[in-house]
Order: sequence, then structure tokens, then C-alpha cells
Amino acid sequence: MVIPTAHFVTLAALLFAIGAAGVLLRRSGIAILLGVEIMLNAANLLLVAFGRQHAQLDAQVFVFFVIAVAAAEVVVGLGLLVAVFRRLRSIDVDRLNALRW
Amino acid sequence: MVTLVFYLTAAVALASALVAISHRSPVVNVLSLVVTFFCVAVNYALLGASFLAAAQVLVYTGAILVLFLFVVMLLNAPEEPQAREPRPFQRWLGAAVAAATAVVGVLLALSWRATTPTAGPGGDAAALGRLLVGPYLFAFELVAVLLLAALVGAYVLVKRGH
Repeated sequence: MVIPTAHFVTLAALLFAIGAAGVLLRRSGIAILLGVEIMLNAANLLLVAFGRQHAQLDAQVFVFFVIAVAAAEVVVGLGLLVAVFRRLRSIDVDRLNALRW
Repeated sequence: MVTLVFYLTAAVALASALVAISHRSPVVNVLSLVVTFFCVAVNYALLGASFLAAAQVLVYTGAILVLFLFVVMLLNAPEEPQAREPRPFQRWLGAAVAAATAVVGVLLALSWRATTPTAGPGGDAAALGRLLVGPYLFAFELVAVLLLAALVGAYVLVKRGH
């Protein structure tokens, strides 16, 4: 029994929306980065699903690269968070208002 | 059987993703995201991408989320404080954008009429490796450089006394 591609598309859309909600609604920097990770995973799931739909293995290579870049992104993002926390004693992104007019 | 596994992991993935973005404790957020990523790994396996399922578990749950947990512990981050400026309009806008994303995505998926092929292109380590060090060799090397740059960048960002 093969799961239809549309099922995976639905799951990925819902996961992406949950991640977007996390990015848009939370104020904790860690929660925002977690939301970005959820959105990246939803995109990866779509890539693998459509790779199977079109019988292209290249999609999985692309997902491999996305995972590697996501790892680099998380390392730098968390490093930034640690630096922000040292300066403000908080990871509330509302307090990052130095550039606000 | 496969259908049951898909629906089970999809439900668990969505539920734990909701917990991951809505719970107030950062440790609970990170740990429930581990569950989500395991379920996504199972979905990769269902799609025939066995190498990516293993890479997902190794990289996401094994490295990225451990790093998140490490930073949560290091910062001893408190639970999210009450907003000093509530900004109700922005919150409604954010929720509306996220809901619109979900609705549009699900409608696209439901309106999509294409037959699903019975067999995918596979996706074991040997086939992927041949692509990685073949046509994608340059990108593969660039990713190695990117990871090195991220390593050095994180060190510079977190280093004390500069």
C-alpha cells in the first residue's frame, strides 16, 4: 500500500503552518529557532515526497544539503542567542530594539 | 499497515509540533520537537528515503536538538515572560498568516489530482553517495566549507572578552 503524495503534502503544509505560527507568535528566541526548524523539516518532507512522485533521486541530495545548511544555521543562530543573552540578560526578541526608530 | 503507520506518525508529529511551539517551558519545547523529528524520519522511511531517515535522526535529534538543549541549559532561560507591550494586532496578524498558510497548503493538496507512482527512486546510501560525489561534488565540498565557517563563527560569537 503506497501512501499518496497528497497525504504527505497535507502533512507538510500543516507542519509548515505550525512552524510559521511559532516564528510569528513567540517572543523567546529559542522558540523562534525551533519554529524555523519545523518549517525546514516540512520543506524537506515535501522535497522527498515530490522526488518520489517524479522518480528523481536528486531531491534527496537536495534534502541532504538542506539538513547540512540547517545545522550550520542553528549553530550560528544559537551562538547569536548566547551573545544576545550575555548583553541583555534575556532572550526576549522584543528587547532587541536598538535599531528601532 | 503502512497507512496506519503514516496516520499515526502524522498525528503524533502535528501534536508534538504544536506542543513544541506553544508550551512555555523551553525544555519541553525542545524535547517535544525531538518527537516531531522522529516522526518525520519515519515518514522519510515510508517514502523510501532510508539514508535520509537515518541522517534525520543523527543530525536533527542527535546533534541539532542536543545543541538546543545545551543552550537552554547554558542560558538557564526562564519561561517566556509576560509581554511588556501586548501588541494584539500583530499577534492576530501572525496567527492569521499561519492559518492562511495551513488552509492554502491543505486546499492545494486536496485539489491535486495525480496518480502516485507505486515505487520511488529508492534512496539508500550507495545511490545517494554516487550522486553526492558525482554531479554534486562541488556543492558537497561547499557544504564542508560552510560547516567549517559555522564552527568558526559560533566560536567567535560566543567567545568571552572581545
